[in-house]
Order: sequence, then structure tokens, then C-alpha cells
Amino acid sequence: MPRSLTFYILIAQRLGIAAVTLVIVSFAVFFATELLPGDVAQVLLGQAATEEAVAGLRQAMGLDEPAIWRFLSWLGGLATGDFGMSYVSNIPVAELISDRLSNSLRLAAVTTAISVPLALALGIGAAMWQGSLFDRAVSILTISVISVPEFMVATLAVLIFAVWLNWLPALSYGAEAGSFGAMLKAYAMPVITLGFVVSAQMIRMTRAAVIETINTPYVEMALLKGASRRRMVLGHALPNALGPIANAVALSLSYLVGGVIIVETIFNYPGVAKLMVDAVSTRDLPLIQSCAMIFCVSYLLLITIADLTAILSNPRLRR
Amino acid sequence: MTQQPLVSVRDLRIGAVTDAGRKVEIIKGLDFDIHPGEIVALIGESGSGKTTTALSLMGHCRPGCAITGGSIRVGRHDVAAMSESARAHLRGTEVSYVPQSAAAAFNPSKRIMEQVIEITDIHGLMPKAEAEKKAVELFRALALPHPDTIGTRYPHQVSGGQLQRLAAAMALIGDPELVIFDEPTTALDVTTQIEVLKAFKSVMAAGGIAGVYVSHDLAVVAQVADRIIVLKGGEIQEEGGTEDILHRPAHPYTKALLAAFEPVPHVPATRDKAPNEAPILQVEHLFAGYGAVRKGEPDVKILKDVNFRIERGKNLGVIGESGSGKSTLARAVAGILPAYRGAMKFDGAELRPDLQSRSKDQLRRCQMVFQLADTALNPAQSIEAILSRPLAFYHGLSGRAKAARVAELLDMVHLPAAMRHRLPGELSGGQKQRINLARALAAEPELILCDEITSALDTVVAAAILDLLKELQSELGLSYMFISHDLSTVEAICDEVLVMLKGEVVEQLPAARMAADAQHPYSRLLISSVPQLDTGWLAGLDRAG
Repeated sequence: MPRSLTFYILIAQRLGIAAVTLVIVSFAVFFATELLPGDVAQVLLGQAATEEAVAGLRQAMGLDEPAIWRFLSWLGGLATGDFGMSYVSNIPVAELISDRLSNSLRLAAVTTAISVPLALALGIGAAMWQGSLFDRAVSILTISVISVPEFMVATLAVLIFAVWLNWLPALSYGAEAGSFGAMLKAYAMPVITLGFVVSAQMIRMTRAAVIETINTPYVEMALLKGASRRRMVLGHALPNALGPIANAVALSLSYLVGGVIIVETIFNYPGVAKLMVDAVSTRDLPLIQSCAMIFCVSYLLLITIADLTAILSNPRLRR
Repeated sequence: MTQQPLVSVRDLRIGAVTDAGRKVEIIKGLDFDIHPGEIVALIGESGSGKTTTALSLMGHCRPGCAITGGSIRVGRHDVAAMSESARAHLRGTEVSYVPQSAAAAFNPSKRIMEQVIEITDIHGLMPKAEAEKKAVELFRALALPHPDTIGTRYPHQVSGGQLQRLAAAMALIGDPELVIFDEPTTALDVTTQIEVLKAFKSVMAAGGIAGVYVSHDLAVVAQVADRIIVLKGGEIQEEGGTEDILHRPAHPYTKALLAAFEPVPHVPATRDKAPNEAPILQVEHLFAGYGAVRKGEPDVKILKDVNFRIERGKNLGVIGESGSGKSTLARAVAGILPAYRGAMKFDGAELRPDLQSRSKDQLRRCQMVFQLADTALNPAQSIEAILSRPLAFYHGLSGRAKAARVAELLDMVHLPAAMRHRLPGELSGGQKQRINLARALAAEPELILCDEITSALDTVVAAAILDLLKELQSELGLSYMFISHDLSTVEAICDEVLVMLKGEVVEQLPAARMAADAQHPYSRLLISSVPQLDTGWLAGLDRAG
């Protein structure tokens, strides 16, 4: 489809903003972790270490150089794919993360693949039959899910499926799952927990966005042309609600990033979030920073995609 | 008439449930017929039930309303008794609808052609290629420019007048027997309105299609309708042939509607002029525009070299089509949109272009009243809070003195003092506009900029606001700059009139002699485009559409 010049300028602007945000975020991540209490050298050597030993280790790790210099070399490393060495295990961070990241991404992908279509279908359906029994049931369900924190959902899921019903294992070792059935079992509970929390918001926002467009004169016009309810909602209201819906989906999915920390911890799932939580307890700065950057980048990526979708779906930018 | 009527409505009742859950009857037992090929106008003020009645002919009620009794026979069907899916079969094929604002009724994300021929797709009337061919024929019949390609555009790429005609094409594509026009020209400029009315009239006559024309404007209705039904409060007040209603109205309400059309000669305020008195506002070579400023000039230049002066106690009207820069002029004078070149003097003293560098006293002396009281009044604040704000800001009033002044202001605009506890949402359109005016008066201004303040109001209500403006002027010695697209309103209150076109003043005329003195072709076009209460007016215009 031909696009106007304004369209390309908008896209370029949006990508530029994303790049600038990324630099600011990396700055914040680096200095926030610098502010963490405790001295790495001290932690590594233990309470009994002498002053000299700690100072020596600090020098060896480059910790006595100015913070801004370390920031720049760290940023340069990130740009070239060098995430640095883990303080604790002395293995390259990239190596530590790569396995865990694919685990986390798999969890996020499975959750997304299940919750997004489900949430959109339920949200649009609720809007289409607004005020019906179905709509009310969906509304009550989503509100109850939203008001329960995810650690509660996770604990309840464990209680019901693992303890009472004994259907699923209480802990997930997704990476080690051999057969398809075993994998399904391993993923079921983390996915259910994450999916619940993520879809509830999406359902509500989708419903609201579609209902808002249903109340516009052009949808009433479609009704007066004899269009069916389906055609009115799917053909006329939905295309104009895409922008807000894309943003709702992105916002909810970005919640995966935060929600994953709790879920991975509870189910002992070997993902990035679990890695990060472990890294915090051992003051492993390069690892914490890299994990934090991964979370920030995925958040930024989702929001940027949503904004680009909104720009793409704006008919005023078509020629 | 021996012929069987196309539409018979008997004892139609429509009920609504208010937000508070109270049930009210908004249509109270209507009876009327429409014969094949006949155009019947439903006329009345807002809230009279004219749109509700018209929509009920399609079996449609807006959310919260429902048909509670009576029968609506259209052709062979009783619409009131049909199921929703059966009604859907009727819509677009037997009865179709032309909306008030085509700009809002076209889906912004779909191409025009797709929407125009959608009816044929919904009802499976004809193949797509045939439908598109028929649409192009309709575009041509409706005198649309580029009939072959206009369908490939998106709604935001064509003008308001064109969209309104495209909406008519959309209504006619399914060969309906009855078309409902819901105030289709209200949102248009007078010059565009003529083209649209002519196009509608010729297409309807050519197809022998019956129509229901909903409007509040008697002069427009006089051009298109065979018969007029006057509605008020959900009841028929009077029904008759167009000529009869216009020339021999029987009902007092019809007479009041007609009286609102009578030109009210403006009597200039007389006051002793002090020697060497400076004009209240003097504007010289004013330029203003929007957008990013480069080299001291904005990207989009609107006003070009505007000059005028308003003498103390006199009123200046500003007329022109939408987009002519009328509102921009008011915003530039008010300082909301700083002019980038030119000079303004207020009562002899320099008036800086931007708000920040004007003195508080200058701000106080020049107030602006906006077009839509609905958006200009904070819906969460009580009337008292709304009026108190300028009293505290300009005059430092508080406590009892402020409360007394609020009561005084309400009295000035003829509203009861008890109204101060209400919220704007609880007031009628006319009352809200009075509050809007009272807020400007609270500052004790000398010049009030009125931006289309009567255009959203019913004729009778608008006439009352004009009376109020005149009364306030003689009491307080105000001057008004009165912006309007409605020439008769301007004529009723102004001494001088500026005619604007594309950001420039083409002519300045004495209001009382507008029609006689206008020299510029655009002023003459504008003046001749105002519909007259004469059924032959439109046909008598010898102008290429």
C-alpha cells in the first residue's frame, strides 16, 4: 500500500525514540546496580578477608576505575555482544544467559501463543454481545483474576493441580522434559499462571476499545445498512480499534517480563528471571545488569511494536 | 389521495430510560402517512423527537430507547413488530438512511467505494463490478467531481459537502423506496448546502423515491419537502402542505418557529462619545498561522493582512465559510494564538500578540466565549465554581462577596440563583451557553469575542441568547466581535460586518445594508446562498452547482 512521507517520518521518529530510550535505560540500569549495597570483592572473599586482599581483588576486577569509564566500556561490550564475565562463576555472562534465555523465551512464547488469541476472542466476543450473560461472566472472571496477585494464583494452582489432584508436578524442569506429554505437564502450571494474569488485562482493554468504536456513528451507519452484528464489530469497529488493542496487548505482554520473575521463582523454572534473582543474592553485577537489560529491551521492543502497529493502522497516513 | 400510502404510522410510542433509571415517553402517539414519491419533512427543535421518529421507520432506536406501542407499516411490513434480523433485511433495500454528519458516518479506515456498495454486498443484491458501476453513475448524478476515481479515496480525503453527497449515493445504491435524511446539510456551509440540496432533490425526483427529511431549518425544508410535520415534545403540533405551513400556520409553535426567521433590525447602541476616544480594538496588518515557526513565520499561514477597528459600544460581525479563518482571527485577538506580524491596539494601548506579555488588566477587559458550552465548561465543577474562578482571579473576591457576585451574574443572564449548585451536565444547551456568557461577564470585560455562540442552539433558543446579548450591551456598554456563519444572526446584532475568505478580509460592510452594498463576488455569493422561506428559492437560483 502506498504511504505518505509523513508516515515514514513518523516511523523513523518512533524508532529514534526507541534508540534514545535504550541508551537512557542502560545508563539507569548500570548506575542503579552500582548503588546496590555491599562490595563485590568483600562478598566474594568473605568476612575474614584482609583489607589488602579485598583491595587487590578490586583492582584485578577493574572496580577502582571511574564509574563512567566502566559504563562506557560496558555499553561498548553490550553493543558488540560481549556481556562481560560473571564475578561469581567466572564464566562469560553470555554463556550463562543463553540457555536460560531460550527457556524464558519459550515460556513467554507459549504463554503468548495461548493467551493472546484467547484474550482477543473473549474481549471481542464480550464487546459484540455487550450486556449478555457471556459478557458478564467474562467481566466477573477478569476482575477476579486481576484482583488476585500472581503468586497467589501460582500457589493456588500448585495446591489444586499438584497437591489435591496430583495431575501436574509442582516444579518445572522445562529444559529436561523428554516426551511431548512431559513437556506439556512441565509447562502447564507456569503457563496457566502467567496466562491468567496477562489475558485478564488484555480482555478488559480489548472489550473497552471495541465498545468505544461500536458507539461511533459509522458503526450505527453500518447497522442502518442492514449489517449483522458480526459484520458491524469485525468489519467496522475492529479495524479502528486495532491501535488501542495493540497497545493493550503490548502492555499486558510486557507484564510477562515482570510476572515471569515470580512464576519462575515459585515453580523453580530455569529461566532468566530465576538467574537474575540468584545473581542479586550473590552480588554478581555483570549478570544482574545483563538480565535487567534483557528485560528492558524486551519491554521496549513490545511497546515499539505496538506503537508501530498503531501508526500502520491509521488510515489518515495512507495515500 | 386514493393511492395506498407507502408508510403508515399509527399511535407510535417510544419510551426511554434516563440515566437515573426513570422511564419517560419521548414519542407520545404519532399518526402520519407518507405516500410513494412524497417528501415529508419532520421539523422541530432538539429534543422534539424528530430523529427518533425517523429512525423508528427503520426499526432502529438509539441505546436506551425502545418502541413501546403502536404500529409502523412500511410497504408490506410492520417494522414495530418485526425481529431485529428481519429488520436488517429491510435496511438499505427498502428504507435507507442519510446521516447528519457524513464525516462521522463514514468508517475512517475503509475506502469510500467499499462503503458505498456495502449494502449490495450485505443483501447480496448484485455482483461487485455491477455495484461499482452503479455507484459511479450515482456519483455522476449527484454532481460529484471525478466520479470514476472518487471511490478509491479514504473519507478524510474528500470535503464535507462531497461526503454528504457520497452518503446519499450510499443510501440510494440498494434502490430503496424510502430515504431518511437526518439533518443532512446542517453541518455544511451555506454555499455547499445549495449544491447538496440540489443534488438530493434531482436524484430523488428522478427515481420517484419517497423521503423523510428531518431538519430544524424551515427555510431548507421549504426547498425540498412536499409536506411538513411540526413536532414538539414528541407530539405532532401541526401537519400540512409546505406552502400552507409557511404562509398559513395555525399552531402557535409553528408561528414562533416562523417568527424566528423574521429579520430583527439591529438598533445601534446610542451613547455619548467622548472626544478623541480611541476605538476599543484596532487591528492593523495582522498575520497569524499554525505549526512550527521558521524564520518568524509559521508553516501554515491562515490570516493574511487583516485590518479592522471596533468602536466602543459597537459590534463587529465576522462571516465566512468554515476554514476562512474566522475563529483563527478571534484566537489571535484573544492572544491564544499569537499573531506573528501586525499590530493590535486595545483602547489606544498596544496589545501584545501573546497572552504572557499582556497585562492582567488587558486580559480582563477582553474575554472570549466559545462555540460549544459543552466542552468549554468543566463537567465536574458546579456552576458556582465555574463562575467563581474569574471572580477570584481578576477581582480577588472571596467568601460572601464572591457568592453575592455569582448570584448577580446568574441574574444578569436570566437564570435562577439556585442554579449555582448544579453541574453543567444538568443544564439545557441554552442554559449552558448563558453560563458560558456569565463566565465571560464575571471578568467585567469591555470587549467580548463571541465564536459561533448560537450555532449549536435551536432557532428559538438562539434568538433568546441574541436578545440577552443586546440587553447586556445596553446595560454594560459592551462591544462584541461576533463570529458566525449565519448571516441573519450577524445582521440581527452587528453594526459592521467583515467578510472573510481564505484568511483574508474581502470586504467590510455595514450590517444593515449587507445585501445592497456587497460588491465583492464572494460576499454576493455568500449572501445569495442563505435559504429563504420560499419554496421556489432553490429552483430560482441560476447558478451552476
